[in-house]
Amino acid sequence: MTEETFEIVLTVNGVHRAARAPARRLLSDLLRHDLGLTGTHVGCEHGVCGCCTVLLDGEPVRSCLMFAVTASGRAVTTVEGLAGPDGRMSPVQQAFQDCHGLQCGFCTPGFLCTITAFLRDTPRPTDEEILEAVSGNLCRCTGYQNILRSVRRASDLMEES
Amino acid sequence: MKPPPFAYTAPRTVDAALEALAEPGAKVLAGGQSLIPLLNMRLAAPARLVDINGVAGLGALEATAAGVRAGALVRHAAAGRSEGAARVQPLLRRAVRHVAHPAVRNRGTVVGSLAHADPAAELPAVLAVLGGAVEAASVRGRRTIPAGAFFAGPLEPALAPDELAVSAFFPAAPPRSGSAFAETSRRHGDYALAGVAVTVALGADGTVRSARAGYLGVGATPLVLDLTSVAAEGACAAAFARENVDPDGDVHASADYRRHLAGVLTDRALREATAEALAEARLDGPGARDGDGGGGGAA
Repeated sequence: MTEETFEIVLTVNGVHRAARAPARRLLSDLLRHDLGLTGTHVGCEHGVCGCCTVLLDGEPVRSCLMFAVTASGRAVTTVEGLAGPDGRMSPVQQAFQDCHGLQCGFCTPGFLCTITAFLRDTPRPTDEEILEAVSGNLCRCTGYQNILRSVRRASDLMEES
Repeated sequence: MKPPPFAYTAPRTVDAALEALAEPGAKVLAGGQSLIPLLNMRLAAPARLVDINGVAGLGALEATAAGVRAGALVRHAAAGRSEGAARVQPLLRRAVRHVAHPAVRNRGTVVGSLAHADPAAELPAVLAVLGGAVEAASVRGRRTIPAGAFFAGPLEPALAPDELAVSAFFPAAPPRSGSAFAETSRRHGDYALAGVAVTVALGADGTVRSARAGYLGVGATPLVLDLTSVAAEGACAAAFARENVDPDGDVHASADYRRHLAGVLTDRALREATAEALAEARLDGPGARDGDGGGGGAA
């Protein structure tokens, strides 16, 4: 049986991208397999771990819980799109480096996308707001303390700039 | 961990969606935050998905004096953000905050959560305790299903296979009323082991006119208890709850522990809701908003 395929058109990190895929292609798989953007990591594939979090029209979503065909016509930002055009790390990325906010790095793309949107909406968060914001992302290495520090540091960096 | 193949339709109008749903084996895809995990784990294999994300007119969130109406594409995040909805029926925002995590709330829909009818989910209990309703449409016509008849069983809404839940209605909070939501879960954002949504309405003399509790996680469907006769005393209400819930035990919590939680959470939420109702009554002044049919609700 040949599966029906659909033309999927997305703006990914500001670049117009097109691919043909069956309706069951997850957005996470389209990004990784069809578009070659392997920065988006896939952990649990049922919405629990948060590794695959990307920004859909600026809002964090689980790319493993969305069909690429549903996202057609919309703008996606992945971890590859967070740095500046000159390759300079974004404040959130810089803060993760400064505060040792990652170890193995598998969960990091999801955290970076989640926190980028969070600090855009809540530039000076309370500790409680930070906890709530990252509660949907799992990390098995760091124990989270350095990730929380990274969020506070990123907030400071954004205020300075 | 990849979804099985399915035929796919993305209609642009409600009528086209209903025609697609009239075909056997079709299932609605809205936010997908419950359906896609089921597909990924191959626990569901619908022949056709009808993706309603592009359907015009299903994204409206209307807050009027009568209550809040959420269209089928209103995301949890939008329902939680809406100041208008929070003014008319504050319980909605309070419960939505407990639904999964922010990224899931950005996609998941209020109506989808109701139509999924998970007995451990927050919004079915809210719809049940408020006595709300779901509007269903099919090529055969439209009907309104009251909350009391909507939750037929675990993961089993009273929707026919060809029906689309087009909106849900949450009645407004009456004057001199308060509400609270409390739940206990193993991890933040997980499904709750047990939870409760409580509403309290006071009479003009400041005594409790009505107190209701809607429970999640302690039965096959959302359970609503009338706490009016026991609301004056927190310990009585907790004991009443323990006697009247019928939870199952599983790997996460024993039935006894869930029963215990139902009591504790009832006491906690009832105090909070009563305190808010008393504060509202003071703001309201004696009889200030009597007879306005619940308009405005809690300020």
